[in-house]
Amino acid sequence: MAIVAQQTKLSKILWPVLAWAVALIIFFPIAYMVMTSFKTDADAVKPELLFTFTPTLENYANMTENYDYWRFASNSIITSVAATLFTLFVAIPCAYAMAFTPSRGTKDILMWMLSTKMLPAAAVLYPMIYMTKAAGLYDTHFLIIMVLSLINLPIVIWMLFTYFKDIPKDIIEAAKMDGVNTWGEVREVLIPLAWGGIASTALLCFIFCWNEAYWTVRLTTTEAATLSKLIEGNRAPEGLFFGRLSAVSTAAVGPIVVLGWFCQKQLVQGLTFGAVK
Amino acid sequence: MGRIVLENVQKTFGEAEVIPPLDLTIEDGEFAVFVGPSGCGKSTLLRLIAGLEEVTSGAIKIDGADVTQVPPSKRGLAMVFQSYALYPHMTVRKNIGFPLRMAKMEQAEIDAKVEQAASVLNLKDYLDRKPGQLSGGQRQRVAIGRAIVREPEAFLFDEPLSNLDAALRVGMRMEISELHNKLNTTMIYVTHDQVEAMTMANKIVVLQAGVIEQVGSPLELYRTPRNRFVAGFIGSPKMNFIDGDAAEKLGGHSVGIRPEHIDVVEGGLWQGRVGVAEHLGSDTFFHVHDTGLAETITVRAIGDVSLRHGDTIGLSPRMDELHRFDAKGLRI
Ligand SMILES: Nc1ncnc2c1ncn2[C@@H]1O[C@H](COP(=O)(O)OP(=O)(O)O)[C@@H](O)[C@H]1O
Ligand SMILES: [Mg+2]
Repeated sequence: MAIVAQQTKLSKILWPVLAWAVALIIFFPIAYMVMTSFKTDADAVKPELLFTFTPTLENYANMTENYDYWRFASNSIITSVAATLFTLFVAIPCAYAMAFTPSRGTKDILMWMLSTKMLPAAAVLYPMIYMTKAAGLYDTHFLIIMVLSLINLPIVIWMLFTYFKDIPKDIIEAAKMDGVNTWGEVREVLIPLAWGGIASTALLCFIFCWNEAYWTVRLTTTEAATLSKLIEGNRAPEGLFFGRLSAVSTAAVGPIVVLGWFCQKQLVQGLTFGAVK
Repeated sequence: MGRIVLENVQKTFGEAEVIPPLDLTIEDGEFAVFVGPSGCGKSTLLRLIAGLEEVTSGAIKIDGADVTQVPPSKRGLAMVFQSYALYPHMTVRKNIGFPLRMAKMEQAEIDAKVEQAASVLNLKDYLDRKPGQLSGGQRQRVAIGRAIVREPEAFLFDEPLSNLDAALRVGMRMEISELHNKLNTTMIYVTHDQVEAMTMANKIVVLQAGVIEQVGSPLELYRTPRNRFVAGFIGSPKMNFIDGDAAEKLGGHSVGIRPEHIDVVEGGLWQGRVGVAEHLGSDTFFHVHDTGLAETITVRAIGDVSLRHGDTIGLSPRMDELHRFDAKGLRI
């Protein structure tokens, strides 16, 4: 008994301390980025001014003056929203079919879909660039939306599949007996019951799309360039423009952090909301 | 109208043949019960009729129309599941009205029908609750309400009472029987409980390993079981079986006698020692050992008869109630 009590006491202190330590380590670069964005490029490289500096909005002012932040931001929004919607549009029927009418191949298909994530992106970089240029798709919203969707489909289908599997099969069958066709099952029963799961999957997919950099940087120049491209464009090897780069980065991740912050509560609510077996 | 005919219906899951080809007819208005031990294919057979499983071969007809390839939503049947399968995100009102809304009925008409079903099933006070806020018995009523509002060709029940406690189960049994008397719609009811089968059915279909062992009214099955399996399955407590020489003397390879057809007498054909006695008040069941016939012979005595543990008693089977079976277990 004494040992158990001691252990719980220890873990009561130890785990929170560890969690805070990890959280701070992860958070530090973000805090550093935000702080640096309020420094001049000159101040940004002086270690003695890490915490003590005179804040300036110069970098943010430059950002909208020198290059069109809003165009990059709206491209990010358009491609991420459209890619998320398209991904769900394909993934929901797909996960539904696999969860409720599994066949012998279902497990293999799921594994195969995940295995596509193992393909090194760099291996297909040049074919992709040449092919999309030849097809006239290079630097278009359509291309970025398709690429983002295809990258995220496996994980989205996988996530939805696990959520759908938790819905009792009887309820779907009851709907069939109640005279509902397949589309009705999805609309009236599946989506309402899996709403929390679908919402959190959609949010995650949106975040992945927003943060995607490898393809968006390489398959765009101006027309469809997203915030990732904007950050990339401000990267200078000499590191002279740290303040400017930080401001751009902060403005790029800002919206997604805010979104995550707001959705947090709804998501937790959605995930625990009254499922009765 | 709901006359359901199965012609040569067979079902296999991969290699396993769960239902070997069988024929079965359920007449319009009948209360048919599929009964058999767990895993014998009752649910599978019901799901084939519902359309939730596809037949491997054979045909299913409802009122003469071949529905073998018709999806469940178009067969006009209603089903009540063991798990109730209510829509957890909808109120009771929405749950009951759901099939009508799907049939694109006018809202006013839906409301009227839901109200009517709710009053029949004593659910009026719960219409605005969600299923999660109801007891098991109430949930079952909602599931039944959802089935009756549609006025289906036939009702399918898959062990609807097995999640309820014993007292509630007896009550619901009566309610479902009442409902059948009132609606006169075909009902197919699946259960592993032979008491439910005996008390509710017009027609019992006894299944074992996917094979129909016998079809008949409760009393037919009780009086003239076609084989040893049906004899042992129908009736409670179970029929006593005697094999070997004692059976040969009575004219069968094996002989069955129900506990209620053995009298406790002085002398008698058989003697044994009293073991455990179960006093139910109205009846007493004695487990009698050392008869030299079988491990235990169960005997029913009317009323509260007191015999002491270890007493030696005489047993006299009623000769006209003996069931004789041949070496294959078929009735002679
Ligand atoms: N979808 C399925 N896939 C494979 N085997 C199944 C499936 N459904 C039922 N079975 C098998 O069929 C047999 C009969 O099952 P079931 O009809 O549920 O029995 P019961 O309802 O009489 O208890 C069982 O052996 C079960 O394992
Ligand atoms: Mg079953």
